[in-house]
Amino acid sequence: MKKFYLTFFSILFFTQASFALVKIDITRGNLEPLPAAISKFYMEDPSKFSAELKALKLEEKIPELISNNLKRSGLFHIIDPKSYIQSPNIAHVKPTFQDWALIKAQIMVSGKLVIDSKKRLRVEFRLWDVIAGKEIEGLALFATPSSWRRISHIISDKIYERMTGELGYFDTRIIYVAETGSKTQRVKRLAIMDQDGANNKYLTLGNELVLTPRFNPTAQMITYMSYFKNLPRVYLLNIETGMQEVVGDFPGMTFAPRFSPDGKKIIMSFAKDGNSDIYSMDIATRVVEQLTSHPSIDTSPSYSSDGKYITFNSDRSGAQQIYVMRSDGSNAKRISFGEGLYGTPVWSPRGDLIAFTKIYKGSFYIGVMRSDGSGERLLTQNYYQEAPSWSPNGRVLIFYRETKSGKSGIGGSSSLWSIDLTGYNERKIKTLTDASDPAWSGLLSK
Amino acid sequence: MLIKSLKNTFLVIALGILISACSTTATKKSAGGSDVYTGTDTVKYLATGVADRVFFGTNSKNLTSAAKATLDKQAAYIKSSKISVVIEGHADERGTREYNLALGERRANAVSDYLMSKGIAKSSIKVISYGKERPASKESSALAWSQNRRSVTVKSK
Repeated sequence: MKKFYLTFFSILFFTQASFALVKIDITRGNLEPLPAAISKFYMEDPSKFSAELKALKLEEKIPELISNNLKRSGLFHIIDPKSYIQSPNIAHVKPTFQDWALIKAQIMVSGKLVIDSKKRLRVEFRLWDVIAGKEIEGLALFATPSSWRRISHIISDKIYERMTGELGYFDTRIIYVAETGSKTQRVKRLAIMDQDGANNKYLTLGNELVLTPRFNPTAQMITYMSYFKNLPRVYLLNIETGMQEVVGDFPGMTFAPRFSPDGKKIIMSFAKDGNSDIYSMDIATRVVEQLTSHPSIDTSPSYSSDGKYITFNSDRSGAQQIYVMRSDGSNAKRISFGEGLYGTPVWSPRGDLIAFTKIYKGSFYIGVMRSDGSGERLLTQNYYQEAPSWSPNGRVLIFYRETKSGKSGIGGSSSLWSIDLTGYNERKIKTLTDASDPAWSGLLSK
Repeated sequence: MLIKSLKNTFLVIALGILISACSTTATKKSAGGSDVYTGTDTVKYLATGVADRVFFGTNSKNLTSAAKATLDKQAAYIKSSKISVVIEGHADERGTREYNLALGERRANAVSDYLMSKGIAKSSIKVISYGKERPASKESSALAWSQNRRSVTVKSK
């Protein structure tokens, strides 16, 4: 894949420590999303724009994409643009706040597109607090015409950050497994797309089974499991260069890989003679360390955000449960004690919670608990769903669902879903094919 | 109003009948207190009379006496025909993907251990787990899941 197809640098301007009157409390289920108006952007001196650039209609597309992002977050209600009476120019330079208050907007976003003296495209945006009547955020970015989607995501993140006090998650990508074909001969390909489903690309051809891709939180790298040459092993793939390699030299199946939070290690399971244990490998030195040694299944390991602990799945008690141990493998303690089975623990990037799959009385739940096992909260129940993955700000979980299939497999499908940590805002993520095993990247612009 | 509530009652009764019908079939299948498949619908044969697969209970790697009888025949056949085999371990679709990979490996090794105890050399057996990735039956039903919790012995090329 191409390097960051974006050459931009940003200048924060007008950063007076302005105090906003409107703010979103993200920790609660937001039943009343914040009313926001996203104005069309203003094209300064259209004669300087090439015909191709004009045809892209960025003055409409950028605000539209920002609106879609904010809408999907569930935290914003975007007021119908038909009710905006101010021209994009006035809105951006000196808005009349009464006009926006009249349509009940509490915040307003305006923007400007400029071709500068060096013929570069500059995108400016401003975020206005309609109630206080002042600008609370502004940003200017240089863009290439093809980078407008990323620009829009970066602006969306700025708005989200300013309004919630937390990092956004719009300038991110999702890696997943695209599925086609019959249930008994499923063809699986690694695929990657922007968080909003755009720019979908396939990274493997589907000649061999691939499973459970995960992002390196610090680099353009993924780890996944492949049945290449019928040898199920964990692989490392550089998504910029396309280089891939087997992780470690294990005489049997390796699976369930995940990166450490600093991106320097891969932790995974190695199965031998009917027993699965957890191992880590340092990517630079290739030093492999065995972390568990128990005649039970130990799998689905995930590091804590500070790297000091590991949560994992084990059936050493006789059934599938969640455990936490130190990152050297010592002091393993069971933390799940509710009814049913628990699997796929994954530590929040914020460090406070562990998300998991729970299987109970024929239903599958996605839930969260604190790392000592207390405060269990189930977010969603379904016929089949599993494998949650956190957004980089720890506020949203993505996972996959499967539906029941009839006699000849009819009706069986798999799809990606997201839900807020609050348990609200459950959404299906559109994909071109059936899809499973989603994992979220870190923020690309960090 | 009356018609409406009658309708509801009828629906409830109809549902009740359906549910009890379902549970009857389920009990039949799990006769003997276990949910191991005992039929031959999906079975293929390595040679005449030598079934290629054995079935497991939910989350279990235990070999039933029927499974052992099948594996005895497999062992005899492998010895006499001097072939090498791959044991594929599989799980049903009602578990998490990663745990199922480990479970499939556990099942394949239970079979491999048994075959070795019957005199098959370790060098002529390979194991591979497919977890829930390669079901034999496509349906989402208790019967299909029991057919999918299996190990399959394949001649290696």
